[in-house]
Amino acid sequence: MAQAAIELIGINKSFGAVRANRDINLEIARGTIHGIVGENGAGKSTLMSILYGFYQADSGEIRVGGKPASIKSPNDAIALGIGMVHQHFMLVDNFTVLENVILGAESDALLKKSIAKARSELERLEREYGLEVDPDAIIEELPVGLQQRVEILKALYRGAEILILDEPTGVLTPAEADHLFRILRQLKEQGKTIVLITHKLREIMAITDTVSVMRQGTMVATRQTTKTTVGELAELMVGRRVLLRVEKGEAEAGGVKLAVKNLTVKDSRGVTMVDDVSFDVRAGEIVGIAGVAGNGQSEMLEAISGIRRAVSGSVMLDGRPIDLTGAADPGELRDRGLAHVPEDRHHVGLVLAFEENENSILGYHDDPRYLKGPFLDIDAIRDDARDKISKYDIRPADCRLKTANFSGGNQQKIVLAREMEQDPGVLIVGQPTRGVDVGAIEFIHKRLIAMRDQGKAVLVVSVELDEIRSLSDRILVMFAGRIVGERGPEASEGELGLLMAGVEHREAAE
Amino acid sequence: MDLFNAIIQVLDSTIRLSVPLLLACLAGLYSERAGIFDIGLEGKMLVGAFAGAASASVFHSAYIGLGMAILISVAFALVHGFASITHRGNQIVSGVAINFIAAGSTIMLGQAWFQQGGRTPALASDERFGAIVWPGADALRGVPILGPIYSELVSGHSVLVYVAFLAVPFTWWVLFRTRFGLRMRAVGENPAAVDTAGISVAWLRYRALICTGVLTGIAGAYLSMVQNGGFVKDMTAGKGYIALAALIFAKWKPVNAMFACLLFGFLDALSIRLQGTPLPLIGKVPVQLMQALPYILTVILLAGFIGKAIPPRAGGVPYVKER
Repeated sequence: MAQAAIELIGINKSFGAVRANRDINLEIARGTIHGIVGENGAGKSTLMSILYGFYQADSGEIRVGGKPASIKSPNDAIALGIGMVHQHFMLVDNFTVLENVILGAESDALLKKSIAKARSELERLEREYGLEVDPDAIIEELPVGLQQRVEILKALYRGAEILILDEPTGVLTPAEADHLFRILRQLKEQGKTIVLITHKLREIMAITDTVSVMRQGTMVATRQTTKTTVGELAELMVGRRVLLRVEKGEAEAGGVKLAVKNLTVKDSRGVTMVDDVSFDVRAGEIVGIAGVAGNGQSEMLEAISGIRRAVSGSVMLDGRPIDLTGAADPGELRDRGLAHVPEDRHHVGLVLAFEENENSILGYHDDPRYLKGPFLDIDAIRDDARDKISKYDIRPADCRLKTANFSGGNQQKIVLAREMEQDPGVLIVGQPTRGVDVGAIEFIHKRLIAMRDQGKAVLVVSVELDEIRSLSDRILVMFAGRIVGERGPEASEGELGLLMAGVEHREAAE
Repeated sequence: MDLFNAIIQVLDSTIRLSVPLLLACLAGLYSERAGIFDIGLEGKMLVGAFAGAASASVFHSAYIGLGMAILISVAFALVHGFASITHRGNQIVSGVAINFIAAGSTIMLGQAWFQQGGRTPALASDERFGAIVWPGADALRGVPILGPIYSELVSGHSVLVYVAFLAVPFTWWVLFRTRFGLRMRAVGENPAAVDTAGISVAWLRYRALICTGVLTGIAGAYLSMVQNGGFVKDMTAGKGYIALAALIFAKWKPVNAMFACLLFGFLDALSIRLQGTPLPLIGKVPVQLMQALPYILTVILLAGFIGKAIPPRAGGVPYVKER
């Protein structure tokens, strides 16, 4: 066994009454890739923030390279050779790559020398690790995969020997993620130690040497990756057996509920985002839209749900058209049985400053069930909210709590509960499980399938290929605003991946 | 030749009138680039003007006046910092509060100390910043075209005028060529990136606000010790707000800021010059309309002529470490 790069001994950390980390012991061997998995809120990020000096542990000891270390700020961590690639990139969007790399590590009060030094250093890193990126490019003009590379370069430029990556693949396409893994393996070969935080078990299996599982602030297990299975890890994470792939029967598709014809949508800059798209969703089936983020799925969803103006085309709901001028009344669509779980629930789906029970009726607040004369019937609303909380296992089970205080997964459940419980004929769901835990994913998938089995038409858009494959009865792949293929649920990941990357498309064009 | 002289005179007063705007605008540039909205430029200028004139008249020294103007203005900037950086208060509220405190306290203290209805005593010429005459300015006055330009426009201003215009390239250099500038721009765009890079967000923002205070102090001193021979209540007369408008107009860039302030100064100079003068085609225009002209144009320019002005992304938002 190689020498330990990092040892954490008896780490405790509380935020108020919440014990984010309890008695954590962890040893990370030098020159390995060590995965840390756990549900949202399990304390992974807190632990790594302690290691990176963002927070101080209430008690416990950190040893780096065998020596006790006191890490009081990111500066201390950097000095100890610890670098971090954050989930939300810590980059200044309108700066160049070079400026971002030197920020905080400038050698001089004047920039000239620092920039010259960084330029030659970046060239060296590029040669050694294959981390190619144009040093003079502006960050916001780079694709996310390259932005992440800049984050890695930042850490390496500061001499990081230990690299912590927090949910690095959340924003990447499958191809970009593969590329990232190649880079990580190469870094490992060069003797760097890598800590990978994720909730995607497949990645853990694919790339790590060792994996530690966290649950509710404690470290529940550490395993050699080769000696464990996805099923075991999932069980350790959640504390019970989890179905990774929801079982479902054959779809019994009925009549067409939602018909999209020649839909074309442009974004605010006039760029065509959805290009002549046509498809149907029938009662009793789930249609999944696969595609890399930014290929027009969001715009299409918004157009279908009447939020965004379409340039041309039509959308029929139960044989009657939906107003596509962008002036559709969402209330009217709701009355016609169209429920929409928006992709960006923080901005569109919820008022985070409201109490849970208020959000659980938002948009349905003029339903007589929730009214007493002209006033809101507070008791009825809260009873209804409590009902949904128990049915959807929303935690904490407190309908008076501010929505902002729920975790991402539970916020998603609040929106889903609201929309699904209205018993719509057509349900449109964007990224049903973005930022949601393994346990909750299982639950949400089961609910969606139950909706289908009740004869509802369900349209799911997700960038998670696994999710699309496990849920959908039919899979449509979107690339560059067009539907480039339709496949059954049995289609292989590789086949869909190629479609998502537009490969067939490009070959045809050449 | 009359027209030429008139133009020279208007341009000369353009320079004089744009100086306080320019200093305040650059002051705002430092704080806004660091992510702190500063609606209190007006108030800081005002306390600077008062502190400058008051101490110049008490100590009989223009330089002590300038020093006090800067000192007090920086102190107010630090109050703004304490409220909006340390305590993460609302930056607009804090800025407005500073403006009110400035307006009230200058009059009150002025009356208490000097009993002249809120004014400070008229400053003697050695208590003010006099005009610096450049070598050969008088000799060259007779040379056609270039002579008046040199002797009127270039020469013959107070030292603070030159300071203001030199502050433009200096600010550009600080922003784009120094480590401090890089970090300051970064903290206005994404403070989390600065924090994770191991740099203190708060200390960086405080330093930016100190720069702001220094410049508003000089702007105030200019008003009460150069443009006017003493402090008069509310003498900033909205220049702090015009400077903010100019800052947006300039898209937070120093050289643009200079041109924006010159433009506003020019409009001001023109409106003074044209008061009472009948215009061709239109005839005599009411004084009030001429005085309102710079403001009307401000609205028009800001409404449509500058394209999209993208402010520093983290502007106005207190930095809270995320969990």
